[in-house]
Amino acid sequence: MSRIIVITSGKGGVGKTTATANLGMALAQLGYQVALIDADIGLRNLDLLLGLENRVIYTALEVLSGECRLEQALIKDKRQPGLALLPAAQNRNKDSIDSDQMQYLVTLMSKQYDYILVDCPAGIESGFHNAIAPADEAIVVTTPEIAAVRDADRVIGLLEANNIKRISLLINRLRPQMVKANDMMSVADVKEILAIPLVGVIPEDECVIVSTNRGEPLVLENKLSLPGLAFEHTACRLDGQDVEFLDLQLYSKGPLKRLRRFFLGSFTI
Amino acid sequence: MITEFFERLLTSNRGSRDDVKRRLKLVLAHDRSTLNASTLEKMREEILVVVSKYVELDTDSLEFSIKTDSKMTALIANLPIRRILHPKDLN
Repeated sequence: MSRIIVITSGKGGVGKTTATANLGMALAQLGYQVALIDADIGLRNLDLLLGLENRVIYTALEVLSGECRLEQALIKDKRQPGLALLPAAQNRNKDSIDSDQMQYLVTLMSKQYDYILVDCPAGIESGFHNAIAPADEAIVVTTPEIAAVRDADRVIGLLEANNIKRISLLINRLRPQMVKANDMMSVADVKEILAIPLVGVIPEDECVIVSTNRGEPLVLENKLSLPGLAFEHTACRLDGQDVEFLDLQLYSKGPLKRLRRFFLGSFTI
Repeated sequence: MITEFFERLLTSNRGSRDDVKRRLKLVLAHDRSTLNASTLEKMREEILVVVSKYVELDTDSLEFSIKTDSKMTALIANLPIRRILHPKDLN
């Protein structure tokens, strides 16, 4: 029985696609067959984050129209066996695939894949509803900021209304120093407000941008960064393992280190 | 001690965390309780039908709304009565 999980948020730019790419890869590293579906038709980005943009030939649309077989559209990641991507069409919009068609694609794929992660577009209109249609579970991604949390709350309500019972929370772009300075909501604050189980906490880190620049998901690195490690742990928790949450305060760059950098300038990194 | 001194130099605007929690809880209480417009309208019509069985209402000055504060949500209906129907008039 494959697990079909939609990665959603409501608010745009909080890290759904980054999470889909990294969680997908981390699950494949655990030995599973994982398929990623980019449901953001017209504004596709999952291919970019995975560094697979040059290998996109067919998309979900061509599979549905019969122009190609599913196997031809699925891009198998050469760096990580077990991971495949079904890209979205770039020249259409979110209404190009309806929920029945999404369901059809997922049913077709569930025969070969243990996990199917659907990268949901931002918003709550038809694109969102089409993306959640085939899902049994959801991961709601939010940042510890007022607008993202408000939108996440709305999305949770919509998911529950659509009978998706298993909903987990992924808090992204946490800045432990700001939390310590009482200028950012803590993990506990967000968890209390949204009241769904927490599956992962990813710290804010410049290396996320570097990973996007290179098209290399964080979890691929030999020496894992903090967010890379956090994503790996999140995948383990998804898999049912009991992994303790990292104490991000321990690893974060405090004011003394910032001062050191200020005075020593370019001599230290 | 020096660390705290520099920390105070470098950090500013302390305590916005309490602001954001307070604002979020308030706005979510409102978001979560808002019935969508069509449901509210259906509810309004049904309530008016029931009330009109017993009294005649002044339909021009009716008030019907949902009000939320941080503690609870209430349905407020202000239905001015023109006259009370005689038991004979009731169906």
